Amino acid sequence: MTNKTVLEKNKSVLANVFNCGLAWVDERFPLTSNIKAHLTEYYAPKNFNFWYFFGSLSLLVLVLQIVTGIFLTMHYKPDANLAFASVEYIMRDVPWGWLIRYMHSTGASMFFVVVYLHMFRGIIYGSYRNPRELIWLFGVAIFLCLMGEAFFGYLLPWGQMSYWGAQVIVNLFSAIPFIGPDVSEWLRGDYLVSDATLNRFFAFHVIALPFVLAGLVAAHIIALHEVGSNNPDGIEIKKLKDKKTGIPLDGIPFHPYYSVKDIVGTVVFLMVFSTVVFFAPEMGGYFLEANNFVPANPLVTPAHIAPVWYFTPYYSILRAVPPFPGISMLGIPPSLFPGVVAMGLSVMVFALLPWLDKSPVKSIRYRGTLYKKWLAAFVVSFVVLGYLGTEPSNVWGQFGAWLGNAERATVVARIFMIIYFAFFALMPWYTKKDKTLTVPERVTG
Amino acid sequence: MSDNHSDGHQASSQLDQASQVDLEKRNFLIASSSVGVLGCAAAAVPFVLSMTPSERAKAAGAPVEVDVSKIAAGSMITVEWRGKPVWIINRTNEMTDELPKHNDQLIDPDCEVTSQQPGYCKNKDRSIKSNLAVVVGICTHLGCSPSAKLQPKGDMGDNWSGGFFCPCHGSKFDLAGRVFKGSPAPVNLVVPPHKYLTENTLLIGVDTEDKA
Amino acid sequence: MKITNIIKKALFALALLPCFMLPLSAFANVGAHLDKAPIDASNHESLQRGARTFVNNCLNCHSANYMRYNRLLEIGLTEKQITDNLLFASDKIGDTMKVAINPADAKKWFGVAPPDLSVEVRARGADWVYSYMRSFYRDDASPTGWSNCVFDPVTCKVSMPHVLYELQGEQTMNHETHHLELSKPGKLSVAEYDILAGDLTNFLAYMAEPAKQQRNHLGWFVLLFLGVLLVLTYKLKKAYWKDIH
Repeated sequence: MTNKTVLEKNKSVLANVFNCGLAWVDERFPLTSNIKAHLTEYYAPKNFNFWYFFGSLSLLVLVLQIVTGIFLTMHYKPDANLAFASVEYIMRDVPWGWLIRYMHSTGASMFFVVVYLHMFRGIIYGSYRNPRELIWLFGVAIFLCLMGEAFFGYLLPWGQMSYWGAQVIVNLFSAIPFIGPDVSEWLRGDYLVSDATLNRFFAFHVIALPFVLAGLVAAHIIALHEVGSNNPDGIEIKKLKDKKTGIPLDGIPFHPYYSVKDIVGTVVFLMVFSTVVFFAPEMGGYFLEANNFVPANPLVTPAHIAPVWYFTPYYSILRAVPPFPGISMLGIPPSLFPGVVAMGLSVMVFALLPWLDKSPVKSIRYRGTLYKKWLAAFVVSFVVLGYLGTEPSNVWGQFGAWLGNAERATVVARIFMIIYFAFFALMPWYTKKDKTLTVPERVTG
Repeated sequence: MSDNHSDGHQASSQLDQASQVDLEKRNFLIASSSVGVLGCAAAAVPFVLSMTPSERAKAAGAPVEVDVSKIAAGSMITVEWRGKPVWIINRTNEMTDELPKHNDQLIDPDCEVTSQQPGYCKNKDRSIKSNLAVVVGICTHLGCSPSAKLQPKGDMGDNWSGGFFCPCHGSKFDLAGRVFKGSPAPVNLVVPPHKYLTENTLLIGVDTEDKA
Repeated sequence: MKITNIIKKALFALALLPCFMLPLSAFANVGAHLDKAPIDASNHESLQRGARTFVNNCLNCHSANYMRYNRLLEIGLTEKQITDNLLFASDKIGDTMKVAINPADAKKWFGVAPPDLSVEVRARGADWVYSYMRSFYRDDASPTGWSNCVFDPVTCKVSMPHVLYELQGEQTMNHETHHLELSKPGKLSVAEYDILAGDLTNFLAYMAEPAKQQRNHLGWFVLLFLGVLLVLTYKLKKAYWKDIH
């Protein structure tokens, strides 16, 4: 026998062993059929663009957070007397602890970066529209869960910003009429944010919410693969299939085409991520705040407290809404409740998008200028509210007496808050009225 | 997607074609997966190393200095090193003279098991200074700490020449920490790395030959 | 064409990142004018001088509980130098920079317990520390005899007395120009004292994050590696996508 035939024989033996093993598994577990259904025979539109990287990147960051989180948990102490020191212990005494901690702290912010971009993609291409409403709802639930995860996690370093951030947010619940004060006391497990609060936030952060998050992510992906992906043209590729094979004409198998493409996106993302981790982990105070290097002190509030950047648009809305003045004749006390409700609404309102959008087209490519203007106004108000949320409300000084000495920043925040909500509230009207373009049969470049 | 052809010749020519077309894919697939795997392995290193003893653990497990001048002849003290009891026994000359006499009753009289003592203690007294024995007081059977029975005879019977007795499973060791035959413990007690800084100052946890 | 588009957009997104960084006032204390601190983590001589100043003067009252003495090997000190010059008799080289003063006593004497200084520079910024150490002035109205407008730009009150006044001398506040004037020279000239304060700040900045240099150094290797991987995966992607039109 020649070498070549020996080689080929060996190859075929190996292939046989592999196939037998696979058949053994397949009789007991739907491995091949799942690989086909979700990878090699999941047909995705071939015209995905830049915006379609952020779904897989969110999954990547989730995995990064879980892995780094596990290793941080090995050294972190959820105890009010030890927590701050244990974080510095990780930063100095644990071999490579600083790297793992910075990956986790950077990952938290980058999670919101990719999720916000992922959500924006869904908005501009109408990915929440029929038949993808449930995907969107699962997504909103993931977003809420993520906010909870970020909030609970932020208390753990037990610095001044951790402490007072938790104090402020928990106190928001006390604005709920009648039961509020009891609810916030129940959340804290104490009369102030304390060791008990830290311990339970730790439990939520490392056990409860990660489980919920993982389940919701699975549901999000299963729902997506049930109906198929949307695309920048907002066309249903399943409408036009190859008559013989039943494969969508504009579809390509996810693996290998999008797996190799997403890897390129992953590497680019990792370059950005590493740049932050290795050269600017504080990100100018946005990712790690200077005041959080001061241990929590229940007796001294820092001069200026603001939430981390990803919460600031909603925080701005909270501050912009004037408090309920109270009706002394009826014995109803003044209340911050309206602001709390507005803040809650500003997050929850995303869930309504599938039913607010009445446009005959999905993608921004075929929408008219009216929608585009509204969307631009929304993005601007989101960014401006986000910026104002990082600053004290007197950052721009006050108007003169002619406006009742109102704070300029608060007035601006109120205007943009109105635009923010109008984007949603008026959507049924302006999407119907908008002049749309004809959507082509097949996807475009 | 391709149809099945029964014609073998055609199939193989298709294969040839396919392998030509695939060359670019294959090369970059091999290149990027090998670099990618290398990257993943490198990224795993910090995580694995983060589980090794931290600076705090190292500081707590740092070498221990002991003044040996105050140990009366024929008695011992126990010091803690890395959370373990370390015995320092000041043996009398009668005690050290006795050591070679019961070699035939020992499992490893000549300290052939190299893991149990540093090279500089592989001698008849298992020590740097003939009188001073330094031994980790943890039984090599299941980790109990044996009791000192330094004096001969007594409650250990008339054949006892002085040593240690493990209360858990009855292992017996002599005054150099060598295990007697018939004990459940398989090897001699461990002699920790140690050196003398001065005549009377013993440093436990650092070898005589400093590893620079 | 699509790929160039993607690259363009990725670069655009990258360019946007610094915009995030611009406006936030990163540090806790704003208001006072701060001088730029001469920070150079690669200047081991400066760090060693700063370490000596810190241990001899600050460490009497301020701890650095997260900093181990043996970490000073990193800035070029030998084990013997650390043990002989910097360690208190009872300490071991692996110990952290603890302080002998009892926090409760300290609180009684100064009104507040002197804070731990391990991460002070990360909380306040190096410029603040540098300016603070150079801005004490004589003030008979103050209980300690000293005030400092960097610590509190409004009241200029400060609990800590000027520990280094023998070196710096005494400054007084000219209430017309709002500038500090040296009224009584100390052992060091103004320039020498500035160097001392700069070295001390440099050391405090190093101590706030000892792994920083390693972090920056490693970053270049990681980026280089990812750059290579980017080229390979991009070529791989192109090889696969050439038959998609």
